[in-house]
Amino acid sequence: MQTATQPHSHSHDHASHDHAHHEPGFFSKYIFSTDHKIIGIQYGVSALIFLLFGFLLMLAMRYQLAYPGQPVPLVGSLLQKFLGDDLAKGGVMQGDLYNSFGAMHGTIMVFLAIVPILFGSFGNYVTPLQIGAPDMAFPRLNMASFHAYFLGGVIMFASFFTPGGAARSGWTSYSPLASVTDLVNRFDGQTYWLIGMVFLITSSLLGSVNFIATIIQLRCRGMSWMRMPFFVWTQFITGFLLLLAFPPLEAAGIMQLMDNLFGSSFFLPAGLVVDGAALGVSGGGSPLLWQHLFWFLGHPEVYVLILPAIGIVAEVIANNTRKPLWGYKSMVYATMSVGFLSFIVWAHHMYLTGMGTKIATFFQTTTMMISIPSVIILTALFISLWGGSIRFNSASLFALSFLPMFGIGGLTGLPLGFNASDVYLHDSYYVIGHFHYVVAPGTMFAVFAGIYYWFPKISGRQMNETLGKIHWAGSLFFMNCVFAPMFIQGFKGMSRRMYDGGTTYFAGVDPTALSLNKMITMSAIGLGLFQLPFINNFFYSIFAGKKVTSDNPWDATTMEWSTPTPPPHGNFTSEPVAYRGPYEYSVLGSKTDFTPQTQKP
Amino acid sequence: MEIPYIYKARPDTGLYNAKVGIWLFLASEIMLFGALFSAYILLRVSAPVGFWPETALAWPRGLLNIPIGTFNTAVLITSSVTVVMAWASLQMNKFSHFRVYMVITVLCAFAFLGIKSFEYNDKFSHYVVQLKSGKAVTGHIEVNGKHPRFWNFSDQWSLARLTTESVKEISITVDPERDKHGHVKSHSNHAHENKTIATDDIQFLGSYTPATHPFFAVYFLITALHGLHVLGGALVLAYFAFPGAKMWKDNPQQFINRIEVGGLFWHFVDLVWIFLFPVVYLL
Repeated sequence: MQTATQPHSHSHDHASHDHAHHEPGFFSKYIFSTDHKIIGIQYGVSALIFLLFGFLLMLAMRYQLAYPGQPVPLVGSLLQKFLGDDLAKGGVMQGDLYNSFGAMHGTIMVFLAIVPILFGSFGNYVTPLQIGAPDMAFPRLNMASFHAYFLGGVIMFASFFTPGGAARSGWTSYSPLASVTDLVNRFDGQTYWLIGMVFLITSSLLGSVNFIATIIQLRCRGMSWMRMPFFVWTQFITGFLLLLAFPPLEAAGIMQLMDNLFGSSFFLPAGLVVDGAALGVSGGGSPLLWQHLFWFLGHPEVYVLILPAIGIVAEVIANNTRKPLWGYKSMVYATMSVGFLSFIVWAHHMYLTGMGTKIATFFQTTTMMISIPSVIILTALFISLWGGSIRFNSASLFALSFLPMFGIGGLTGLPLGFNASDVYLHDSYYVIGHFHYVVAPGTMFAVFAGIYYWFPKISGRQMNETLGKIHWAGSLFFMNCVFAPMFIQGFKGMSRRMYDGGTTYFAGVDPTALSLNKMITMSAIGLGLFQLPFINNFFYSIFAGKKVTSDNPWDATTMEWSTPTPPPHGNFTSEPVAYRGPYEYSVLGSKTDFTPQTQKP
Repeated sequence: MEIPYIYKARPDTGLYNAKVGIWLFLASEIMLFGALFSAYILLRVSAPVGFWPETALAWPRGLLNIPIGTFNTAVLITSSVTVVMAWASLQMNKFSHFRVYMVITVLCAFAFLGIKSFEYNDKFSHYVVQLKSGKAVTGHIEVNGKHPRFWNFSDQWSLARLTTESVKEISITVDPERDKHGHVKSHSNHAHENKTIATDDIQFLGSYTPATHPFFAVYFLITALHGLHVLGGALVLAYFAFPGAKMWKDNPQQFINRIEVGGLFWHFVDLVWIFLFPVVYLL
């Protein structure tokens, strides 16, 4: 608690000192900054790099699935050079390498890319601005949170170069598999993974304490709970999910670490035989325990991935339909319900583990219950479009396509939530299609919407609309070409674990399922190519984009647009006051079609 | 603009920032220890019967020293009282009393850790030996006339090591006999008996460490994690008592807040032990 108390007094003195007297040097400004906006940008840049890295891992895997046994083009020789013959002989992806890329694709995308970008980056940058706060409640904790995240990322990245390669037991690291991948070198990729996770969990703990405390304590005068923008609500609930769901995984991670390094048997049953030899451990542990602890985090994590995304989409939709959000209060209460229910649905990932049908029935019921508030939120967003005069800019196009994409992702989850249908679909490509629809065209589209929407506030320049629309159209088309065929493959019974794309299993049985592999891979490459306009646009616009002429280029109502552009240290030039709700668009009798929250009545 | 409510309470919530922060942090700590306690329960109820050699029970019992654990509980509760007294002394503007109480708190913390490390040491040199005849004995062993020491990991003995180093026999100071609930049998001879066991008669040999049984794994994990919390808390409280006490002159209210926040954490650490002691030692 020393860290919890200390930041205030000092950073408080510091802040005014720095601000008033001198411009801080490069290191204190960009590396050891305590300013929530700089930290938000640090998170954003790191997370986008990891996002690209995770995507490239996936491209290499997709190539192996479509053309099994052929060297990976372009990078095959590099893989062989850096990872050795065991993993990439002749540039061909070997089974172990495929497994480790698969595990690390999941880990990187979830823990190092999407959560940091939604919570760490957008959350950090936008939340204090939207509630009229000068900074986060604990600026130095905020900095520590980023540093822990960054170290965790470095450890995860370094694990690729350990003997035997990175973790290769899936992003879920199920025991006993994860404890027996390398019985000689116990400091293997899995051990790195666990240590990296401890850093990432620490980061999210510090971040979530900070977010919740900020939202409770630093709302400006007049910013009552129901005047908070919906985005802030989603960050608030997400904060609680991270705060309460991550520690059990930390506990589980430490236990698995002990299993791997000290020979304990938390997750190892008695009589385990590996490679034909009895494993020399005491046994007596429970593999189910790992799965329970993992999914106790794992399921709330899904909502960590989606709630802030819905928050971004809600902001962009309200702004671009020039209408208040329909059913703001029901959306808030639905978000709370989702947050609560997300803690009691975790075992729907475990129907096939033999945990018992009674437990499965309980979790099936709660899973159906959680779909109700999710549908409330999505429906409210759809109805919000009704009768609006919608502006179709890049941000709003991404936000609008989020709705059906997330809808597909959510609805395809229902057959997985019923334990009878899950028996067939479990561990098939259907599952991959389902959750990628939620996080790829779902969450990722919200991320892009957020970048296009808040870019002018962060950089003072507009992004190019034409490139943005090309990016949107290509991404939407190819996203669907990548993920929709996976449902078909899943129905045909293709397992998600086969590193040859199912060739051995499907040969002569169902060639269409196999041919879809090629189509998916081509589409994934197309998806990658259509990110080039975005990357180009992003860097070009930072330096040479059209300068914004006003602090509020989108004619928005929420408070982040009442600050100077970009906001200085301390954010607001005078103490902001919220006089009204967050979405007063097209108010009858008003001169403009928007009334900012800070405008006096 | 400056960050508000650093030490003054926000009127509508009635809390200063750090107090919100520490309660949230404690909530997450509860989930951390909650997960560990749940793991303990799940491992215990699902343990296969006959797995622990000594008592033919699934889960070893009565292996921890209850009097020492009770004493340690008293030490921690004392420190919880003194940390409140330290905070109250500041409220009554008696700084010298504050320092005395804080020093007692920190001393209690280190006493707790000292006693705990004594217990740990005992466990690391304590072995269970299962004989090929089916009988099991527990006690401290001597190999080649030397007691294994825990600070040297390579000094742990297993059957495999006995065989490779061709040790013919070990001697063991046998523990008093226990009934199936783990209580020491009343008729047993409390004087420790020395026995010599030939390596050829041994079926299994393991120290009271995580590798031997999930009970020890979970015992060491929870108590070690709790011990780290005690250590961290003690260091911070010691900082408040001496170098950090400068703040009492500049900003007494913020200093009192710090002691309050530190005290909240300290009570939490105490509370974890109050659950830990009955669950691990008594049940």
